[in-house]
Amino acid sequence: MNEELTGAEITIRCLQAEGVDCIFGYPGGAVLFIYDELFKQDKVRHILVRHEQAAVHAADGYARSSNKVGVALVTSGPGVTNAVTGIATAYMDSIPLVVISGQVPTNAIGLDAFQEVDTVGITRPCVKHNFLVNDISELAITMKKAFYIAATGRPGPVLVDIPKDVTQQKMAFTYPEKVSMRSYNPVIRGNLKQVKKAVELILSAKRPVIYTGGGVILSDAAKQLTELAKMLDYPCTNTLMGLGGFPATDRQFIGMLGMHGTYEANMAMQYCDVLIAIGARFDDRVIGNPKHFSNENRKIIHIDIDPSSISKRVKVDIPIVGNVPDVLKELIKLLKSTKENPDQTALSEWWKQIDLWRERDCLKFDRQSDIIKPQMVVEKLYEVTKGDAFVTSDVGQHQMWAAQFYKFDKPRRWINSGGLGTMGFGMPAAMGVQLANPKGKVACITGEASIQMCIQELSTCKQYKLPLKIVNLNNRYMGMVRQWQEFFHGNRYAESYMNALPDFIKLAESYGHVGMRIERPEDIEDALREAFKLKDQLVFLDFITDQTENVFPMVPGGKGLSEMILV
Amino acid sequence: MENEAGALSRVAGLFSARGYNIESLSVAPTEDPTLSRMTLVTSGSDEVIEQVTKQLNKLIEVVKVIDLIDGNHIERELMLVKVKAVGDDRDEIKRLADIFRGCIIDVTDKSYTIELTGTSSKLDAFLDAIDNSAVLETVRTGASGIGRGDWVLKV
Ligand SMILES: Cc1cc2nc3c(=O)[nH]c(=O)nc-3n(C[C@H](O)[C@H](O)[C@H](O)COP(=O)(O)OP(=O)(O)OC[C@H]3O[C@@H](n4cnc5c(N)ncnc54)[C@H](O)[C@@H]3O)c2cc1C
Ligand SMILES: Cc1ncc(C[n+]2csc(CCOP(=O)(O)OP(=O)(O)O)c2C)c(N)n1
Ligand SMILES: [Mg+2]
Repeated sequence: MNEELTGAEITIRCLQAEGVDCIFGYPGGAVLFIYDELFKQDKVRHILVRHEQAAVHAADGYARSSNKVGVALVTSGPGVTNAVTGIATAYMDSIPLVVISGQVPTNAIGLDAFQEVDTVGITRPCVKHNFLVNDISELAITMKKAFYIAATGRPGPVLVDIPKDVTQQKMAFTYPEKVSMRSYNPVIRGNLKQVKKAVELILSAKRPVIYTGGGVILSDAAKQLTELAKMLDYPCTNTLMGLGGFPATDRQFIGMLGMHGTYEANMAMQYCDVLIAIGARFDDRVIGNPKHFSNENRKIIHIDIDPSSISKRVKVDIPIVGNVPDVLKELIKLLKSTKENPDQTALSEWWKQIDLWRERDCLKFDRQSDIIKPQMVVEKLYEVTKGDAFVTSDVGQHQMWAAQFYKFDKPRRWINSGGLGTMGFGMPAAMGVQLANPKGKVACITGEASIQMCIQELSTCKQYKLPLKIVNLNNRYMGMVRQWQEFFHGNRYAESYMNALPDFIKLAESYGHVGMRIERPEDIEDALREAFKLKDQLVFLDFITDQTENVFPMVPGGKGLSEMILV
Repeated sequence: MENEAGALSRVAGLFSARGYNIESLSVAPTEDPTLSRMTLVTSGSDEVIEQVTKQLNKLIEVVKVIDLIDGNHIERELMLVKVKAVGDDRDEIKRLADIFRGCIIDVTDKSYTIELTGTSSKLDAFLDAIDNSAVLETVRTGASGIGRGDWVLKV
């Protein structure tokens, strides 16, 4: 018989058994026994954040940049409600997390006990699954299931709610080696018949486009994707979540598509005859008006592990349910064994057309300006870091410029909140990235509004000496909101201007960090170089940028993909 | 689905979160006590029904989803109705209950309580047939469905 352990000890042992080396959290009454056990061991490192939202974002950044499950630990009641934004953010982008929350003792549940909330109820719509552990006998198996569900199939956050008395009860501990659930069996391999049909269609294409998304990143399929695209010489576009899945510096890369995608990507998407969609979900910010999108005739192949992503917004012709790398391997094998080749004449015509679209130079901006252009800062960041940094972002114009101007050649380097669009994500996510990649260069591209939503984390960065480089594109506006107001609300800038910004330099310094203000375009590069030379310091770079700059191209709401507003 | 606390609220939550409608829903444990079976009546275009099915399948506690409309099936609902029954009406109501193969399961000198099973439209027809002002109270279970013939839904 194994020795008896308390629920709190079992919780920590489960984390150890899962190989978790780092968790993010904030203590409180309901989780004190768990914290006590954390204290007594040194395998699992705990990072103390300053707000539970940040704990979840940090676990999320950790997961996105490493392909490990991120773990957060919060107390009951307000600990959980603070965490909800982080959980919903991870849910929308399919990020594998296990969130452990304390709960009031089982005999107090339902009695409006101190710091009681219906955690399972509150989080139900924004988790892949959640559990309330009613008895210590269920604890280990529930933890096992939580990690399994979070990481397999279409990944997502799983919450485990543990009442305080369960953390005190004792039981012999064995961690289950395997778990099988009759109601949960994610598909891995694609249906061979469908893959064969896909090969035929791919070879018949005259104007093909490969459109890939977060699924390629989540499943580590960049290698297979690149091989497929290279052997076919087809153009490739990525969603915001898919950047880095195909090298951005490659000639075949036609840029991001969608609301702020490139002219060439959106035109190619609209006018292709065969669309190969891989791990992407035809989001409303990607295809614009679905009616307008279906006006053009094209055949669509869609590879996705989640059947509900397929034919949800756009009807597809060849659905393939499966794990991207497995399906692509099969596809590549079949393509290699067939004697047929795509129509090279048609393909070169198509490339000619795409190159014409490219000549439109849709991302151009005024390089002579004496006010700092935000695009220039991102470009310089790319040069100074030689394209090798991990870049997180917040939400707004700066996010779009980061996506457009930092050329991601590798997966898991671009970390942002796409589905929920959570301001405040950038800095805590960067903390998680830095902890998962201690040697990596980590930059957080943010805006003066977003950064203030989790600014308290400067303190966490100080405690753990996280040398982030915060690139604040400070336009003194909620720029993205201002842009919409300029375009669609008659220049009425309702509440999008922030009077009374803090002095970010002094603020950073007050936490023991380095602050720099950069006001002239000619100083951008030096400032960035200097910042990255300070290897052990967090540097807050406050770039005073052009307030009037807008993000182009833009597909206005309700418009079709080819109806972009261009510069 | 798994006979677990919370499974029902996940299904109900899914329908409200995604704006699908629930016309009726009935659920109870099966011969295998670890499983319960739910019959849910909804409506929508083919695309919506496809999404409903896929989304239900995604719920971790849902073991299997079938659309009974895809094949031959039987569907029954139970209704209890309390009706005003005085004077001449008593005979009339009894006759009507007989026609619909209902049984009177409780009697007072002012009322009958009638038990009726059938498809939901048969129950509607019964209510249409009796005088609206006579109906004191109704309670319905929502439909339960099963496939016809030897075919069985097993997990
Ligand atoms: C201000 C702002 C502007 C935006 N503008 C744009 C824009 O211009 N362009 C743009 O693209 N986005 C934009 N977005 C993001 C947009 O909202 C969506 O988040 C994004 O487009 C979704 O990306 P995706 O289709 O790659 O799906 P994801 O959300 O990344 O979903 C991944 C898909 O892959 C599948 N999958 C997961 N794992 C696997 C696996 N192992 N095998 C197979 N499939 C798998 C999943 O089931 C899912 O269908 C913007 C967001 C914000 C906040
Ligand atoms: C938590 C949250 N609240 C509100 C919004 C809506 N919103 C989207 S972008 C934006 C403005 C962001 O401003 P800033 O961080 O300065 O970035 P900029 O657009 O100026 O680059 C707002 C308010 C959001 N995405 N998230
Ligand atoms: Mg701003």
